[in-house]
Amino acid sequence: MKILVVEDDRDAAAYVQKALREEGHVVDQAFDGLDGYALAREGNYDVLIVDRMLPKLDGLSLVRSLREQEVHTPVLFLSALGQVDDRVKGLRAGGDDYLTKPYAFSELLARIEVLARRRSSGAAREETVYQVGDLELDRLSRRVTRAGQTLDLQPREFRLLEYMMRHAGQVVTRTMLLENVWDYHFDPQTNVIDVHVSRLRGKIDKGFDRPLLQTVRGAGYVIRDGAR
Amino acid sequence: MTALGKLVRTTAFRLTLAYALVFAVISAGVLGYVAWNGRHLVEQGMRETVDAEVNGLVDQFRVGNIRRLVASVEQRTRRPGSSLYLVTTFVGEALAGNVARLPTSVLTSAGDYPDTPYERLDDPNDVTHYAYVRVILLPGGFRLVVGRDLAELNSLGQAVKRAFLLALVILTVFGLVGGFIVARRVLARIDSMTESANAIMAGALTRRLPLAGSNDELDRLAGSLNAMLDRIGELLSGLKEVSDNIAHDLKTPLTRLRSGAEEALRTAKDPQEYRQALERTIEESDKLISVFNALLMIARAEGGRAAENMAQFDAAEIARSVVELYEPLAEEAGVSLFVEAPGTLQAHGNRELAGQALANLVDNALKYAKAADDGKAEPIAEVQVSARANGDGTTEVSVCDHGPGIPEADRERVLERFVRLEGSRTRPGFGLGLSLANAVMRLHGGSLKLEDNHPGLRATLCFPPPLVGATT
Repeated sequence: MKILVVEDDRDAAAYVQKALREEGHVVDQAFDGLDGYALAREGNYDVLIVDRMLPKLDGLSLVRSLREQEVHTPVLFLSALGQVDDRVKGLRAGGDDYLTKPYAFSELLARIEVLARRRSSGAAREETVYQVGDLELDRLSRRVTRAGQTLDLQPREFRLLEYMMRHAGQVVTRTMLLENVWDYHFDPQTNVIDVHVSRLRGKIDKGFDRPLLQTVRGAGYVIRDGAR
Repeated sequence: MTALGKLVRTTAFRLTLAYALVFAVISAGVLGYVAWNGRHLVEQGMRETVDAEVNGLVDQFRVGNIRRLVASVEQRTRRPGSSLYLVTTFVGEALAGNVARLPTSVLTSAGDYPDTPYERLDDPNDVTHYAYVRVILLPGGFRLVVGRDLAELNSLGQAVKRAFLLALVILTVFGLVGGFIVARRVLARIDSMTESANAIMAGALTRRLPLAGSNDELDRLAGSLNAMLDRIGELLSGLKEVSDNIAHDLKTPLTRLRSGAEEALRTAKDPQEYRQALERTIEESDKLISVFNALLMIARAEGGRAAENMAQFDAAEIARSVVELYEPLAEEAGVSLFVEAPGTLQAHGNRELAGQALANLVDNALKYAKAADDGKAEPIAEVQVSARANGDGTTEVSVCDHGPGIPEADRERVLERFVRLEGSRTRPGFGLGLSLANAVMRLHGGSLKLEDNHPGLRATLCFPPPLVGATT
């Protein structure tokens, strides 16, 4: 993946660049809003990581200008401002996701991979049937089967599985699940999401020798065919 | 001089002065009109009297010639308050009447003479009087003069003039005195308000502007300013509290973080141990970050900053989704979690924040639902979340448990940041959940009510009625 990081704090930028490169991504850097804007318009990036507060041109204006120029590269905002209204402002300006500093690198990585995948597969990803290994989810009939056996899922468990299967092979974090399945953006004090996931796991993996729903330590969960 | 100068510059005094002037002009106008009208009437009456007299006397003359006229005039002059009469020959020699002298020019031709000087026979001092006279030429060169003295008319004018002067004096005196008193009162109150404001600025932050208790404009202004000062004071003390809390309560986890890292450096022998120490460090710092986020959110909510993101939301949906979110956790903890939130309940606010407030309450309730209250029987492990609309347009979402509850004396205190009651210190948490819920409800213009659930706690989020014309 080709990623542009627009961040004026050079240490933070260097850290993100190094970590992303270790994950096998190509990373460019810009240290102010104007450079970031120029690079984002010229280079063909898969994802832009944009800090909200930037010298010369702030992050919101940068993204707004890009969108006006019909540049639709997915944007992840990074910001120390994490309140509800700030996130809403970021998304309104044309951002696709919002991450509050300080953040875990695994969270950043999971989110940009989801963003980039959404772009590359586009609408094609909105298939009616998701399939991972012998697990199948039919979005129209709302039926889930594993190895031909119908599984009985609660509506919310269905949405949880649907989200994870749409991003099959990608790590999804707890906050991503809370945001996308429950539409809440706060950080629950206890392990509420873990309990939901382990319930779901009980239904889809119990009695099968190949577990599909796996925990990624320190990051979140991933659903994939264990063979990989 | 400066005091007087200040007085003159007050609005009240200037207004009084202006009103006094306006009233003076109006009363002058009214009096002038009355005087003019009165004079007109008196003059008309005079003319009519003279007409009647002349007609009568001319008739006498026709009937009995000059002798009869003279006799008649002499008779009429003897009446009290009589008119003026004079009968002369063609050379001006007086034959009868009560007029001693008239200007000769008047006697030469017939007609009306409105303001004619004359002397009276019955006035010994030869004083010149003024009269309205009519001169008639009679056959044989005789002249008949009939008139009315103008003293009556002039005294009317004098009376009006005196009345006007008196009114002017009274208006001026009362206006000035009244204005002075009103301005003095207003000034005194404004001075005391200014003085209080200066004292507050100088640091007496708890002082408030004085109220006269009359509920007039100045009182209402002072009341509003006091409310504003209260609000500022609350915000300030909230801010101070936050910094105190941060200093006090965040140093503990920071110390733990630091000593953990230090200990790892000192004692760890292999990469595995370093790794574990680093993971613990990240865990600890994540906790610190979430405390920071909660604190910031409380401060933000108390500052009323998120108000711009208010919209209509469904309180019943929030109750259902939060219960749904916590249901597996409750089951794992062995607590039954029920929800009673039928249909849709429109409320005005921020769904995100309201959801977080409710999540905090549910989280708390689950934590304490199974906690026995000092040696008593195990409580019913049950948490009930219910949402309902009240008749007055308010919407309530309450969370009830049968745990130990909160003693009445502590209910105010637990809403403060970092306050944790005895017996809860062993449980996870930072004592911010209720503070956050409270701050969120205050931001919504509602409240967080904590009540006894006999036994247990009933925590209720009360949302105010949606604003009329609020955007959906």
